[in-house]
Amino acid sequence: MRLVAAAGLALAAGAGLRAQTVGERVPVCLACHGEKGQSATPEVPSLGGQPAPYLLIQIYLFREGQRVVPLMNQMAKGLSDDDLRALSDSLAKLPAPAPSSEAPDPARIERGRAAITRHRCNSCHGLDLAGRDNIPRIAAQREDYLARTLREYKSNARHGYDGVMAEVLGPVTDAEIADLAHSIARYR
Amino acid sequence: MTPFRLRRTHLLFSSTIAGLLMAAPVLSQQPAAQPAAAPAAAPAALPPGSPLIGRPEGNEAAPADKLPISKLKLPPGFNIEVYASGIANTRSLRVGSKGTVFVGTRFGNKVTAIVRKDGKVETYVVAQGLYRPNGLAFHNGTLYIAELSQISKIDNVENVLDNPPKPTVIYSDLPKDEAHGWKFIAVGPDNKLYVPVGQPGNNVLHDKDHGQIRRMNLDGTGAEVVARGVRNTVGFDWNPKTRELYFSDNGRDWMSEDVPQDELNRVTAVGQHFGAPHCYQGNLPDPEFGWGHSCSDFVPPVALTGPHSAGLGMRFYTGKMFPAKYHNAIFLARHGSWNRSKKFGGDVVVYFLNKDGTVKSSEVFLSGFLENNSYIGRPVDVEVMADGSMLLSDDWNGAIYRITYGKQKVASK
Repeated sequence: MRLVAAAGLALAAGAGLRAQTVGERVPVCLACHGEKGQSATPEVPSLGGQPAPYLLIQIYLFREGQRVVPLMNQMAKGLSDDDLRALSDSLAKLPAPAPSSEAPDPARIERGRAAITRHRCNSCHGLDLAGRDNIPRIAAQREDYLARTLREYKSNARHGYDGVMAEVLGPVTDAEIADLAHSIARYR
Repeated sequence: MTPFRLRRTHLLFSSTIAGLLMAAPVLSQQPAAQPAAAPAAAPAALPPGSPLIGRPEGNEAAPADKLPISKLKLPPGFNIEVYASGIANTRSLRVGSKGTVFVGTRFGNKVTAIVRKDGKVETYVVAQGLYRPNGLAFHNGTLYIAELSQISKIDNVENVLDNPPKPTVIYSDLPKDEAHGWKFIAVGPDNKLYVPVGQPGNNVLHDKDHGQIRRMNLDGTGAEVVARGVRNTVGFDWNPKTRELYFSDNGRDWMSEDVPQDELNRVTAVGQHFGAPHCYQGNLPDPEFGWGHSCSDFVPPVALTGPHSAGLGMRFYTGKMFPAKYHNAIFLARHGSWNRSKKFGGDVVVYFLNKDGTVKSSEVFLSGFLENNSYIGRPVDVEVMADGSMLLSDDWNGAIYRITYGKQKVASK
């Protein structure tokens, strides 16, 4: 119900994006992505605590059609470079999301932690998985979004800044992806 | 899709800097991690690597005055200047027969052309809407463009910079892997187009369609594999004396910080196997895929180019401007390690050859991009211009530098 309402609001607002100031646009983003940096919308990522360069690159990819998510491609259409920068700078100020409050499965948390080490997630995303520069914060991201994103990197459907994530995901199994998402969503 | 020509036309270098200083008084090299400025204020400088560097909306203020050329070190007598800046993610470089400089990109979606006319720099977009158009080749007036999974061309490109046609696809029998999918391409002395297909991952027992260099006719027909066991080459060129193909190859990650080293290889016969993923650096069996193989089964590299140093673009120096010792030597741009604790590379190394084509010695030619274990620039490709000067692309800063020999020395006397 909430998803439908939020998407409707976003679509309705999409047509008028060009005429809006950043201050007017941000609430449209947050209708789906969550007002306090924490998304309650299935498969829609929390934006809180993301580095501004990462946000900027993603909105750029949406605008250019290099990352394909039809709603987001529509939302980013017609934004100027200045819009992209103002939006990413503004969204980067949202507070980091809290870890998922859904009950953890200790065995999966354990396997996910081992997979984080095995696949060296910390090497780029940081010991706290908070990201930096063009590398996103993944700690406490939505579990469903994490799982979907990892699957998309593995299948080459998701186009990143470079090919590193596709390379990382090559040997990662579907079971590992599920455990990684479960664990990272609850990462403290 | 109407190609547009950037309105920006500016004088080279010094006037460029002055113009940028006036246009963008608030310049900062800080990554945009701090709280954003108030909306009314001029935006801060784009962080290095930003996709917006070079976009034609007025904030393309690539910080030419912040480019690190004063920190770059070259042998005595060499000079370096900014040739062009404000072009996001500058990767492969090619010079046309009329002097046009073509620039590929891994992250952006267009191919840029730079023309110097009467001391001015003009920038053109010759193709756009592309996907990772990293690789370029120029041959007999035609520009070849390698996207992630297809090759296209524009004939007589230097005559149609103002209104180029949509590139014609000539070859698309390529995998779509993101990992090591971006390409470097070149036309060899055999008038064939050479196209690599990297391993689709860090260390993969790849199938018959990966881990190789192919060559094909200039219309895309007759493709055949000329080198196998190639993990990921992003640069190659032909020895002007022997006409043999030399290519850089990046070794696998995560085995250790210090091995394997990256490779400089030489192809002396069609179909040779260079080891990946069974053997790296000529003498190091892979812990996972080495069993059942011997390194002696494979062609060893002619030089080791450093651990994780990411040697990318390479050219034989065929100009006359540089001193004689550099003639027919190999210049290799090392992008620099990405995951090594102590970063390594981020420079240009020159390899001097013996008459038989083996490597005699090597030395760092250009350094200074690595500062306190951080990059202030990252070299990608080198290209020799008709006057013997050398261009160097830096994708981190969206810049192209030009290296010359002698002028400044003469001027200072």
